[in-house]
Amino acid sequence: MSEISEVVEANGLHRVGARLPLGTYLRETWDRRDFIWTMAQYRLQSENERNRLGMGWVLLRPLLNALIYGLIFGVILGSSRPHNFIPYLLTGVFLFDFFTNSMLSGGRSIINNFQLVRSLSFPRLVLPLSVVLQQFLSFLPAIAMMLVLTVVFGSLPTWNWLLLIPLIVLFALFNTGVALVMARLTVHFRDLSQFVPYINRILFYTAGVFFNPATVLQSYPHLRLIFDWYPLNHVLALGRGILVRGYHIDYAYFWRLALWAVGLLVVGVIYFWAAEERYGRDD
Amino acid sequence: MAGTTDQPAHDAADAPGRPVVAVDDLHVDYRVLATGRRAGADSGTKIFERRREIHVVHALKGVTFVAHANESIGVVGSNGSGKSTLMRAITGLTPATKGAVYASSRPNLLGVGAALLPELSGERNIYLGGLALGLKRGEIDDMFDDIVEFTGLKEFIHLPMRTYSSGMSARLKFAIATATRHDILIVDEALSVGDRAFQKKSEARIREIRESAGTVFLVSHQMQSIRDTCNRAIWIEKGELLADGPTEDVLAAYENRKV
Repeated sequence: MSEISEVVEANGLHRVGARLPLGTYLRETWDRRDFIWTMAQYRLQSENERNRLGMGWVLLRPLLNALIYGLIFGVILGSSRPHNFIPYLLTGVFLFDFFTNSMLSGGRSIINNFQLVRSLSFPRLVLPLSVVLQQFLSFLPAIAMMLVLTVVFGSLPTWNWLLLIPLIVLFALFNTGVALVMARLTVHFRDLSQFVPYINRILFYTAGVFFNPATVLQSYPHLRLIFDWYPLNHVLALGRGILVRGYHIDYAYFWRLALWAVGLLVVGVIYFWAAEERYGRDD
Repeated sequence: MAGTTDQPAHDAADAPGRPVVAVDDLHVDYRVLATGRRAGADSGTKIFERRREIHVVHALKGVTFVAHANESIGVVGSNGSGKSTLMRAITGLTPATKGAVYASSRPNLLGVGAALLPELSGERNIYLGGLALGLKRGEIDDMFDDIVEFTGLKEFIHLPMRTYSSGMSARLKFAIATATRHDILIVDEALSVGDRAFQKKSEARIREIRESAGTVFLVSHQMQSIRDTCNRAIWIEKGELLADGPTEDVLAAYENRKV
Protein backbone atom coordinates (compact mmCIF):
# COMPACT_ATOMS: atom_id res chain seq x y z
CA MET A 1 0.00 0.00 0.00
CA SER A 2 2.82 2.37 0.83
CA GLU A 3 4.35 1.32 -2.49
CA ILE A 4 1.30 2.72 -4.23
CA SER A 5 1.42 6.00 -2.36
CA GLU A 6 5.06 6.35 -3.42
CA VAL A 7 4.07 5.83 -7.04
CA VAL A 8 1.26 8.36 -6.63
CA GLU A 9 3.60 10.90 -5.06
CA ALA A 10 6.44 10.43 -7.52
CA ASN A 11 4.30 10.78 -10.62
CA GLY A 12 1.94 13.52 -9.59
CA LEU A 13 -1.17 11.36 -9.95
CA HIS A 14 -4.40 12.67 -8.46
CA ARG A 15 -7.51 11.02 -7.19
CA VAL A 16 -10.04 10.24 -9.89
CA GLY A 17 -13.56 11.61 -9.62
CA ALA A 18 -12.84 14.37 -7.14
CA ARG A 19 -15.11 17.41 -7.41
CA LEU A 20 -13.57 20.50 -9.02
CA PRO A 21 -13.44 23.84 -7.19
CA LEU A 22 -16.42 26.01 -8.13
CA GLY A 23 -14.46 28.43 -10.32
CA THR A 24 -12.81 25.70 -12.38
CA TYR A 25 -16.12 23.88 -12.55
CA LEU A 26 -17.88 26.89 -14.02
CA ARG A 27 -15.04 27.46 -16.48
CA GLU A 28 -15.25 23.84 -17.63
CA THR A 29 -18.99 24.21 -18.03
CA TRP A 30 -18.41 27.30 -20.15
CA ASP A 31 -15.95 25.32 -22.29
CA ARG A 32 -18.79 22.90 -22.95
CA ARG A 33 -21.17 25.59 -24.22
CA ASP A 34 -21.14 24.08 -27.72
CA PHE A 35 -22.27 20.79 -26.23
CA ILE A 36 -25.01 22.49 -24.18
CA TRP A 37 -26.29 24.28 -27.25
CA THR A 38 -26.09 21.35 -29.66
CA MET A 39 -27.70 18.94 -27.24
CA ALA A 40 -30.58 21.37 -26.64
CA GLN A 41 -31.11 21.93 -30.34
CA TYR A 42 -30.82 18.28 -31.41
CA ARG A 43 -32.99 16.97 -28.62
CA LEU A 44 -35.69 19.45 -29.47
CA GLN A 45 -35.65 18.27 -33.07
CA SER A 46 -35.39 14.64 -32.13
CA GLU A 47 -38.38 14.82 -29.79
CA ASN A 48 -40.61 16.23 -32.45
CA GLU A 49 -39.15 14.35 -35.41
CA ARG A 50 -41.61 11.47 -35.40
CA ASN A 51 -44.75 13.52 -34.93
CA ARG A 52 -46.44 14.44 -38.17
CA LEU A 53 -46.81 18.04 -37.08
CA GLY A 54 -43.22 18.11 -35.82
CA MET A 55 -42.30 21.44 -34.31
CA GLY A 56 -45.90 22.56 -34.66
CA TRP A 57 -46.56 20.90 -31.31
CA VAL A 58 -44.40 23.51 -29.62
CA LEU A 59 -47.22 25.96 -30.44
CA LEU A 60 -50.16 23.62 -30.31
CA ARG A 61 -49.61 22.47 -26.74
CA PRO A 62 -49.93 25.88 -25.02
CA LEU A 63 -52.67 26.84 -27.46
CA LEU A 64 -54.77 23.82 -26.53
CA ASN A 65 -54.09 24.51 -22.87
CA ALA A 66 -55.28 28.08 -23.26
CA LEU A 67 -58.38 26.88 -25.08
CA ILE A 68 -59.33 24.46 -22.30
CA TYR A 69 -58.71 26.89 -19.45
CA GLY A 70 -60.40 29.64 -21.40
CA LEU A 71 -63.56 27.59 -21.91
CA ILE A 72 -63.73 26.25 -18.37
CA PHE A 73 -62.68 29.23 -16.29
CA GLY A 74 -64.15 31.74 -18.67
CA VAL A 75 -67.52 30.22 -17.84
CA ILE A 76 -66.93 29.53 -14.13
CA LEU A 77 -65.54 32.95 -13.33
CA GLY A 78 -68.43 34.60 -15.16
CA SER A 79 -68.52 38.32 -14.47
CA SER A 80 -65.46 38.23 -12.16
CA ARG A 81 -63.35 37.37 -15.19
CA PRO A 82 -60.37 39.69 -15.51
CA HIS A 83 -60.81 42.52 -17.94
CA ASN A 84 -59.73 41.64 -21.53
CA PHE A 85 -59.95 37.97 -20.64
CA ILE A 86 -58.67 36.24 -23.78
CA PRO A 87 -55.33 38.07 -24.10
CA TYR A 88 -55.06 37.96 -20.30
CA LEU A 89 -55.35 34.17 -20.33
CA LEU A 90 -53.13 33.70 -23.39
CA THR A 91 -50.21 35.61 -21.89
CA GLY A 92 -50.69 33.73 -18.63
CA VAL A 93 -50.75 30.26 -20.17
CA PHE A 94 -47.91 30.86 -22.64
CA LEU A 95 -45.60 32.38 -20.04
CA PHE A 96 -46.38 29.84 -17.35
CA ASP A 97 -45.76 27.00 -19.79
CA PHE A 98 -42.05 27.90 -19.96
CA PHE A 99 -41.80 27.61 -16.18
CA THR A 100 -43.66 24.30 -16.08
CA ASN A 101 -41.49 22.73 -18.77
CA SER A 102 -38.27 23.97 -17.20
CA MET A 103 -39.18 22.69 -13.76
CA LEU A 104 -40.45 19.29 -14.95
CA SER A 105 -37.68 18.48 -17.39
CA GLY A 106 -35.01 20.20 -15.32
CA GLY A 107 -35.96 18.02 -12.39
CA ARG A 108 -35.49 14.92 -14.50
CA SER A 109 -32.33 16.11 -16.25
CA ILE A 110 -29.96 13.95 -14.19
CA ILE A 111 -32.07 10.86 -13.61
CA ASN A 112 -33.17 10.71 -17.25
CA ASN A 113 -29.56 10.90 -18.41
CA PHE A 114 -28.30 8.34 -15.97
CA GLN A 115 -26.50 6.29 -18.61
CA LEU A 116 -24.79 9.38 -19.98
CA VAL A 117 -23.71 10.46 -16.52
CA ARG A 118 -22.36 6.99 -15.87
CA SER A 119 -20.31 6.74 -19.02
CA LEU A 120 -18.80 10.15 -19.76
CA SER A 121 -17.21 12.71 -17.53
CA PHE A 122 -18.18 16.35 -17.92
CA PRO A 123 -19.54 18.92 -15.49
CA ARG A 124 -23.05 17.65 -14.78
CA LEU A 125 -24.24 21.25 -14.75
CA VAL A 126 -24.29 20.87 -18.53
CA LEU A 127 -27.40 18.67 -18.35
CA PRO A 128 -29.90 20.94 -16.52
CA LEU A 129 -28.57 23.95 -18.44
CA SER A 130 -29.08 22.20 -21.75
CA VAL A 131 -32.57 21.12 -20.76
CA VAL A 132 -33.62 24.65 -19.81
CA LEU A 133 -32.07 25.97 -23.02
CA GLN A 134 -34.11 23.41 -24.94
CA GLN A 135 -37.27 24.67 -23.21
CA PHE A 136 -36.22 28.22 -23.97
CA LEU A 137 -35.80 27.39 -27.66
CA SER A 138 -39.28 25.94 -27.82
CA PHE A 139 -40.57 28.97 -25.91
CA LEU A 140 -39.36 31.35 -28.63
CA PRO A 141 -41.95 30.46 -31.27
CA ALA A 142 -44.54 30.52 -28.47
CA ILE A 143 -43.60 34.14 -27.74
CA ALA A 144 -44.12 35.04 -31.40
CA MET A 145 -47.47 33.26 -31.32
CA MET A 146 -48.45 35.11 -28.15
CA LEU A 147 -47.62 38.45 -29.75
CA VAL A 148 -49.66 37.67 -32.83
CA LEU A 149 -52.64 36.54 -30.76
CA THR A 150 -52.62 39.57 -28.45
CA VAL A 151 -52.74 41.77 -31.55
CA VAL A 152 -55.56 39.69 -32.99
CA PHE A 153 -57.49 40.20 -29.75
CA GLY A 154 -57.10 43.95 -29.75
CA SER A 155 -53.74 45.09 -28.34
CA LEU A 156 -51.46 47.19 -30.49
CA PRO A 157 -47.64 46.94 -30.55
CA THR A 158 -45.90 49.70 -28.58
CA TRP A 159 -42.30 50.47 -27.64
CA ASN A 160 -43.09 48.90 -24.29
CA TRP A 161 -42.98 45.53 -26.03
CA LEU A 162 -39.18 45.81 -25.88
CA LEU A 163 -39.51 45.32 -22.12
CA LEU A 164 -40.35 41.71 -22.92
CA ILE A 165 -36.64 41.13 -23.49
CA PRO A 166 -35.48 41.84 -19.91
CA LEU A 167 -38.59 40.07 -18.62
CA ILE A 168 -37.81 36.90 -20.54
CA VAL A 169 -34.13 37.01 -19.59
CA LEU A 170 -35.03 37.26 -15.89
CA PHE A 171 -37.66 34.57 -16.30
CA ALA A 172 -35.14 32.25 -17.94
CA LEU A 173 -32.62 32.81 -15.13
CA PHE A 174 -35.31 32.14 -12.56
CA ASN A 175 -36.32 28.92 -14.32
CA THR A 176 -32.69 27.82 -14.50
CA GLY A 177 -32.35 28.26 -10.75
CA VAL A 178 -35.49 26.21 -10.16
CA ALA A 179 -34.31 23.50 -12.57
CA LEU A 180 -30.93 23.21 -10.83
CA VAL A 181 -32.45 22.83 -7.38
CA MET A 182 -35.00 20.31 -8.66
CA ALA A 183 -32.37 18.34 -10.59
CA ARG A 184 -30.39 17.70 -7.41
CA LEU A 185 -33.41 17.11 -5.17
CA THR A 186 -34.75 14.50 -7.59
CA VAL A 187 -31.46 12.61 -7.39
CA HIS A 188 -31.79 12.40 -3.59
CA PHE A 189 -35.52 11.75 -3.57
CA ARG A 190 -36.46 10.00 -6.76
CA ASP A 191 -40.14 10.02 -5.83
CA LEU A 192 -40.08 13.76 -6.13
CA SER A 193 -40.38 13.43 -9.91
CA GLN A 194 -43.84 11.96 -9.29
CA PHE A 195 -44.74 14.82 -7.00
CA VAL A 196 -43.45 17.74 -9.03
CA PRO A 197 -46.50 17.87 -11.32
CA TYR A 198 -48.62 18.60 -8.22
CA ILE A 199 -46.29 21.35 -7.05
CA ASN A 200 -46.60 22.75 -10.53
CA ARG A 201 -50.38 22.61 -10.39
CA ILE A 202 -50.46 24.44 -7.07
CA LEU A 203 -48.28 27.16 -8.52
CA PHE A 204 -50.38 27.27 -11.69
CA TYR A 205 -53.57 27.83 -9.74
CA THR A 206 -52.07 30.40 -7.38
CA ALA A 207 -49.91 32.47 -9.71
CA GLY A 208 -52.92 34.09 -11.37
CA VAL A 209 -52.87 32.48 -14.79
CA PHE A 210 -56.62 32.95 -15.30
CA PHE A 211 -57.65 35.23 -12.44
CA ASN A 212 -56.38 38.53 -11.14
CA PRO A 213 -55.09 38.22 -7.57
CA ALA A 214 -55.36 41.98 -7.16
CA THR A 215 -59.16 41.90 -7.52
CA VAL A 216 -59.90 38.44 -6.12
CA LEU A 217 -57.98 39.12 -2.90
CA GLN A 218 -59.25 42.64 -2.36
CA SER A 219 -60.73 41.74 1.02
CA TYR A 220 -57.68 39.78 2.24
CA PRO A 221 -54.88 42.35 2.58
CA HIS A 222 -52.42 39.99 4.29
CA LEU A 223 -52.73 37.49 1.42
CA ARG A 224 -51.99 40.27 -1.01
CA LEU A 225 -48.69 40.77 0.79
CA ILE A 226 -47.64 37.30 -0.37
CA PHE A 227 -48.40 38.29 -3.93
CA ASP A 228 -46.08 41.26 -3.56
CA TRP A 229 -43.20 38.77 -3.41
CA TYR A 230 -44.53 35.98 -5.63
CA PRO A 231 -42.09 35.75 -8.56
CA LEU A 232 -44.33 33.75 -10.88
CA ASN A 233 -47.12 36.24 -10.38
CA HIS A 234 -44.63 39.04 -11.14
CA VAL A 235 -43.74 37.42 -14.45
CA LEU A 236 -47.39 37.15 -15.44
CA ALA A 237 -48.28 40.64 -14.19
CA LEU A 238 -45.35 42.19 -16.05
CA GLY A 239 -46.21 40.23 -19.20
CA ARG A 240 -49.76 41.59 -19.09
CA GLY A 241 -48.59 45.09 -18.26
CA ILE A 242 -46.48 44.99 -21.39
CA LEU A 243 -48.88 43.26 -23.77
CA VAL A 244 -52.49 43.52 -22.67
CA ARG A 245 -54.56 46.68 -22.95
CA GLY A 246 -55.86 48.02 -19.66
CA TYR A 247 -53.00 46.67 -17.48
CA HIS A 248 -50.05 48.74 -16.36
CA ILE A 249 -46.43 47.81 -15.75
CA ASP A 250 -45.45 47.77 -12.08
CA TYR A 251 -41.71 48.47 -12.29
CA ALA A 252 -41.17 47.38 -8.69
CA TYR A 253 -41.96 43.87 -9.90
CA PHE A 254 -38.94 44.00 -12.20
CA TRP A 255 -36.57 44.56 -9.28
CA ARG A 256 -38.18 41.93 -7.14
CA LEU A 257 -38.14 39.42 -9.97
CA ALA A 258 -34.48 40.24 -10.65
CA LEU A 259 -33.68 39.64 -7.00
CA TRP A 260 -35.46 36.30 -7.08
CA ALA A 261 -33.91 35.24 -10.39
CA VAL A 262 -30.31 36.07 -9.53
CA GLY A 263 -30.61 34.79 -5.97
CA LEU A 264 -32.16 31.51 -7.00
CA LEU A 265 -29.63 31.03 -9.79
CA VAL A 266 -26.68 31.50 -7.42
CA VAL A 267 -28.23 29.21 -4.83
CA GLY A 268 -29.10 26.68 -7.55
CA VAL A 269 -25.59 26.57 -9.05
CA ILE A 270 -23.89 26.14 -5.67
CA TYR A 271 -26.44 23.62 -4.43
CA PHE A 272 -26.14 21.60 -7.64
CA TRP A 273 -22.33 21.75 -7.71
CA ALA A 274 -22.02 20.65 -4.09
CA ALA A 275 -23.38 17.19 -4.97
CA GLU A 276 -21.39 16.79 -8.20
CA GLU A 277 -19.76 13.54 -7.06
CA ARG A 278 -23.11 12.12 -6.12
CA TYR A 279 -24.69 12.12 -9.58
CA GLY A 280 -24.63 8.80 -11.40
CA ARG A 281 -24.35 6.67 -8.29
CA ASP A 282 -26.76 3.92 -7.43
CA ASP A 283 -27.34 4.48 -3.73
CA MET B 1 -1.57 -19.91 -11.14
CA ALA B 2 -0.98 -18.12 -7.86
CA GLY B 3 2.61 -17.59 -9.02
CA THR B 4 1.52 -15.28 -11.82
CA THR B 5 0.57 -12.60 -9.31
CA ASP B 6 4.18 -12.20 -8.38
CA GLN B 7 5.50 -11.89 -11.88
CA PRO B 8 6.63 -8.52 -13.21
CA ALA B 9 3.90 -6.67 -15.05
CA HIS B 10 5.80 -6.46 -18.33
CA ASP B 11 8.43 -8.08 -20.53
CA ALA B 12 11.91 -6.70 -20.11
CA ALA B 13 12.03 -5.99 -23.83
CA ASP B 14 8.84 -3.99 -23.80
CA ALA B 15 9.72 -1.41 -21.19
CA PRO B 16 6.70 0.38 -19.77
CA GLY B 17 6.44 4.15 -19.53
CA ARG B 18 5.74 6.11 -16.41
CA PRO B 19 2.86 5.09 -14.14
CA VAL B 20 -0.44 6.70 -15.20
CA VAL B 21 -3.03 4.84 -13.16
CA ALA B 22 -2.59 3.59 -9.62
CA VAL B 23 -5.33 1.51 -8.03
CA ASP B 24 -4.82 1.34 -4.29
CA ASP B 25 -6.60 -1.34 -2.26
CA LEU B 26 -9.86 -0.61 -4.03
CA HIS B 27 -13.09 -1.79 -2.47
CA VAL B 28 -16.50 -1.13 -4.00
CA ASP B 29 -19.77 -2.08 -2.33
CA TYR B 30 -23.13 -1.68 -3.95
CA ARG B 31 -26.18 -1.20 -1.83
CA VAL B 32 -29.05 -2.72 -3.71
CA LEU B 33 -32.68 -2.50 -2.81
CA ALA B 34 -33.85 -6.04 -3.40
CA THR B 35 -37.54 -6.64 -3.93
CA GLY B 36 -39.55 -9.78 -4.24
CA ARG B 37 -39.70 -13.08 -2.48
CA ARG B 38 -36.88 -14.97 -0.98
CA ALA B 39 -36.66 -18.42 -2.54
CA GLY B 40 -38.81 -20.86 -0.62
CA ALA B 41 -40.85 -18.27 1.25
CA ASP B 42 -44.54 -18.83 0.76
CA SER B 43 -45.81 -15.36 1.67
CA GLY B 44 -45.58 -12.26 -0.51
CA THR B 45 -47.82 -13.37 -3.30
CA LYS B 46 -49.83 -10.18 -3.14
CA ILE B 47 -48.72 -7.06 -4.88
CA PHE B 48 -48.76 -4.90 -1.77
CA GLU B 49 -46.85 -7.37 0.35
CA ARG B 50 -43.56 -6.74 -1.32
CA ARG B 51 -40.51 -7.27 0.78
CA ARG B 52 -37.87 -4.60 0.37
CA GLU B 53 -34.43 -5.21 1.76
CA ILE B 54 -31.07 -3.59 1.39
CA HIS B 55 -28.44 -6.01 0.17
CA VAL B 56 -24.79 -5.11 0.19
CA VAL B 57 -22.89 -6.58 -2.74
CA HIS B 58 -19.11 -6.57 -2.43
CA ALA B 59 -18.19 -6.02 -6.05
CA LEU B 60 -14.50 -5.38 -5.45
CA LYS B 61 -12.52 -6.55 -2.45
CA GLY B 62 -9.17 -4.85 -2.35
CA VAL B 63 -7.69 -4.59 -5.85
CA THR B 64 -4.22 -3.07 -6.21
CA PHE B 65 -2.15 -2.52 -9.36
CA VAL B 66 -0.32 0.15 -11.31
CA ALA B 67 -0.76 0.76 -15.04
CA HIS B 68 1.85 2.52 -17.16
CA ALA B 69 1.89 4.55 -20.32
CA ASN B 70 2.46 2.35 -23.36
CA GLU B 71 0.55 -0.54 -21.92
CA SER B 72 -2.59 -2.17 -23.11
CA ILE B 73 -4.11 -4.29 -20.47
CA GLY B 74 -6.61 -7.04 -21.12
CA VAL B 75 -9.10 -7.59 -18.33
CA VAL B 76 -10.55 -11.08 -18.03
CA GLY B 77 -12.87 -12.81 -15.59
CA SER B 78 -16.22 -14.58 -15.64
CA ASN B 79 -19.52 -12.71 -15.78
CA GLY B 80 -20.19 -10.72 -12.63
CA SER B 81 -16.61 -10.95 -11.46
CA GLY B 82 -16.27 -7.19 -11.05
CA LYS B 83 -14.51 -6.25 -14.31
CA SER B 84 -16.94 -3.55 -15.28
CA THR B 85 -17.14 -2.22 -11.74
CA LEU B 86 -13.34 -1.93 -11.73
CA MET B 87 -13.44 -0.03 -15.02
CA ARG B 88 -16.13 2.33 -13.76
CA ALA B 89 -14.18 2.93 -10.59
CA ILE B 90 -11.08 3.75 -12.64
CA THR B 91 -13.03 6.41 -14.51
CA GLY B 92 -14.31 7.80 -11.21
CA LEU B 93 -17.91 7.08 -12.12
CA THR B 94 -18.37 4.56 -9.32
CA PRO B 95 -17.14 5.70 -5.93
CA ALA B 96 -14.70 3.64 -3.92
CA THR B 97 -16.02 2.34 -0.62
CA LYS B 98 -12.44 2.01 0.57
CA GLY B 99 -9.12 2.73 -1.10
CA ALA B 100 -8.76 5.01 -4.11
CA VAL B 101 -7.83 5.31 -7.76
CA TYR B 102 -5.20 7.83 -8.83
CA ALA B 103 -4.50 8.85 -12.38
CA SER B 104 -2.44 11.33 -14.37
CA SER B 105 -5.45 12.40 -16.42
CA ARG B 106 -9.07 11.38 -16.32
CA PRO B 107 -9.54 7.93 -17.87
CA ASN B 108 -12.24 7.73 -20.52
CA LEU B 109 -14.71 4.97 -20.86
CA LEU B 110 -15.57 4.13 -24.43
CA GLY B 111 -19.18 4.93 -23.73
CA VAL B 112 -20.20 7.69 -26.08
CA GLY B 113 -23.31 5.73 -27.00
CA ALA B 114 -25.35 7.22 -24.18
CA ALA B 115 -24.99 10.72 -25.64
CA LEU B 116 -26.36 9.81 -29.06
CA LEU B 117 -29.94 10.30 -30.25
CA PRO B 118 -31.41 7.46 -32.30
CA GLU B 119 -33.82 9.78 -34.13
CA LEU B 120 -31.00 11.79 -35.65
CA SER B 121 -28.68 10.97 -38.51
CA GLY B 122 -25.25 9.42 -38.06
CA GLU B 123 -23.77 12.70 -39.19
CA ARG B 124 -25.42 14.72 -36.44
CA ASN B 125 -24.59 12.08 -33.89
CA ILE B 126 -20.92 12.36 -34.79
CA TYR B 127 -21.10 16.01 -33.77
CA LEU B 128 -23.15 15.36 -30.67
CA GLY B 129 -20.90 12.52 -29.55
CA GLY B 130 -17.75 14.49 -30.25
CA LEU B 131 -19.01 17.44 -28.22
CA ALA B 132 -20.01 15.11 -25.40
CA LEU B 133 -16.43 13.84 -25.35
CA GLY B 134 -15.21 17.39 -24.95
CA LEU B 135 -14.13 18.17 -28.52
CA LYS B 136 -14.64 21.56 -30.10
CA ARG B 137 -16.89 21.91 -33.13
CA GLY B 138 -13.93 22.87 -35.32
CA GLU B 139 -12.00 19.79 -34.25
CA ILE B 140 -14.93 17.59 -35.21
CA ASP B 141 -15.14 19.32 -38.60
CA ASP B 142 -11.51 18.37 -39.15
CA MET B 143 -11.87 14.72 -38.26
CA PHE B 144 -15.36 14.22 -39.66
CA ASP B 145 -14.24 12.54 -42.89
CA ASP B 146 -11.87 10.23 -41.05
CA ILE B 147 -14.61 9.17 -38.68
CA VAL B 148 -17.02 8.40 -41.51
CA GLU B 149 -14.25 6.58 -43.35
CA PHE B 150 -13.53 4.45 -40.29
CA THR B 151 -17.17 3.50 -39.77
CA GLY B 152 -17.50 2.38 -43.36
CA LEU B 153 -21.08 3.74 -43.28
CA LYS B 154 -20.66 6.40 -45.93
CA GLU B 155 -23.96 5.80 -47.70
CA PHE B 156 -25.92 5.52 -44.44
CA ILE B 157 -24.48 8.50 -42.62
CA HIS B 158 -27.52 10.70 -43.42
CA LEU B 159 -30.05 8.17 -42.18
CA PRO B 160 -31.40 8.22 -38.63
CA MET B 161 -29.36 6.08 -36.28
CA ARG B 162 -32.42 4.06 -35.28
CA THR B 163 -32.32 2.47 -38.73
CA TYR B 164 -28.80 1.10 -38.11
CA SER B 165 -28.15 -2.48 -37.13
CA SER B 166 -26.43 -3.06 -33.78
CA GLY B 167 -23.16 -3.72 -35.57
CA MET B 168 -23.45 -0.46 -37.50
CA SER B 169 -24.19 1.51 -34.31
CA ALA B 170 -21.21 -0.10 -32.63
CA ARG B 171 -18.98 0.99 -35.50
CA LEU B 172 -20.23 4.53 -35.26
CA LYS B 173 -19.75 4.68 -31.48
CA PHE B 174 -16.29 3.20 -31.63
CA ALA B 175 -15.24 5.55 -34.42
CA ILE B 176 -16.46 8.63 -32.54
CA ALA B 177 -14.97 7.56 -29.24
CA THR B 178 -11.52 6.79 -30.61
CA ALA B 179 -11.28 9.72 -33.02
CA THR B 180 -9.80 11.89 -30.30
CA ARG B 181 -6.49 11.12 -28.63
CA HIS B 182 -6.97 9.49 -25.27
CA ASP B 183 -4.23 9.16 -22.70
CA ILE B 184 -6.17 6.48 -20.90
CA LEU B 185 -8.97 4.64 -22.68
CA ILE B 186 -11.23 1.90 -21.41
CA VAL B 187 -12.90 -0.38 -23.94
CA ASP B 188 -15.56 -2.52 -22.30
CA GLU B 189 -16.97 -5.26 -24.55
CA ALA B 190 -17.35 -2.83 -27.40
CA LEU B 191 -15.68 -4.96 -30.02
CA SER B 192 -17.81 -8.05 -29.74
CA VAL B 193 -20.73 -6.84 -31.86
CA GLY B 194 -18.77 -5.85 -34.94
CA ASP B 195 -17.95 -8.24 -37.78
CA ARG B 196 -14.48 -9.72 -38.18
CA ALA B 197 -13.20 -6.95 -40.47
CA PHE B 198 -14.32 -4.27 -38.04
CA GLN B 199 -12.80 -6.10 -35.10
CA LYS B 200 -9.44 -6.16 -36.88
CA LYS B 201 -9.75 -2.48 -37.65
CA SER B 202 -10.58 -1.55 -34.06
CA GLU B 203 -7.81 -3.71 -32.68
CA ALA B 204 -5.40 -1.90 -34.94
CA ARG B 205 -6.68 1.39 -33.60
CA ILE B 206 -6.18 0.26 -30.00
CA ARG B 207 -2.58 -0.66 -30.85
CA GLU B 208 -2.18 2.81 -32.38
CA ILE B 209 -3.33 4.47 -29.17
CA ARG B 210 -0.90 2.40 -27.18
CA GLU B 211 1.98 3.17 -29.54
CA SER B 212 1.38 6.88 -29.14
CA ALA B 213 2.05 6.51 -25.41
CA GLY B 214 -1.56 5.90 -24.43
CA THR B 215 -2.85 3.30 -22.02
CA VAL B 216 -5.73 1.03 -22.97
CA PHE B 217 -7.82 -1.28 -20.83
CA LEU B 218 -9.68 -3.86 -22.89
CA VAL B 219 -12.44 -5.85 -21.22
CA SER B 220 -13.41 -8.81 -23.36
CA HIS B 221 -14.44 -12.42 -23.35
CA GLN B 222 -12.71 -12.95 -26.66
CA MET B 223 -9.27 -14.21 -25.80
CA GLN B 224 -8.05 -13.70 -29.36
CA SER B 225 -8.80 -9.96 -29.19
CA ILE B 226 -6.81 -9.68 -25.99
CA ARG B 227 -3.93 -11.74 -27.36
CA ASP B 228 -3.78 -9.59 -30.47
CA THR B 229 -3.84 -6.23 -28.71
CA CYS B 230 -2.62 -6.50 -25.12
CA ASN B 231 0.84 -6.90 -23.66
CA ARG B 232 -0.45 -7.37 -20.13
CA ALA B 233 -3.52 -8.94 -18.63
CA ILE B 234 -5.26 -8.96 -15.28
CA TRP B 235 -7.71 -11.56 -14.12
CA ILE B 236 -10.48 -10.57 -11.76
CA GLU B 237 -12.59 -13.19 -10.03
CA LYS B 238 -15.22 -12.52 -7.34
CA GLY B 239 -13.92 -9.01 -6.83
CA GLU B 240 -10.31 -10.05 -6.27
CA LEU B 241 -7.26 -9.76 -8.44
CA LEU B 242 -6.27 -13.36 -9.17
CA ALA B 243 -3.48 -12.75 -11.62
CA ASP B 244 -1.56 -9.88 -13.18
CA GLY B 245 1.20 -10.36 -15.71
CA PRO B 246 2.14 -10.88 -19.37
CA THR B 247 -0.93 -11.68 -21.49
CA GLU B 248 0.13 -15.23 -22.37
CA ASP B 249 0.72 -16.32 -18.77
CA VAL B 250 -2.48 -14.85 -17.40
CA LEU B 251 -4.65 -16.12 -20.25
CA ALA B 252 -3.14 -19.58 -19.97
CA ALA B 253 -3.97 -19.66 -16.29
CA TYR B 254 -7.46 -18.26 -16.95
CA GLU B 255 -8.24 -20.81 -19.65
CA ASN B 256 -6.96 -23.73 -17.61
CA ARG B 257 -9.09 -22.67 -14.70
CA LYS B 258 -12.17 -22.36 -16.84
CA VAL B 259 -12.06 -25.86 -18.30
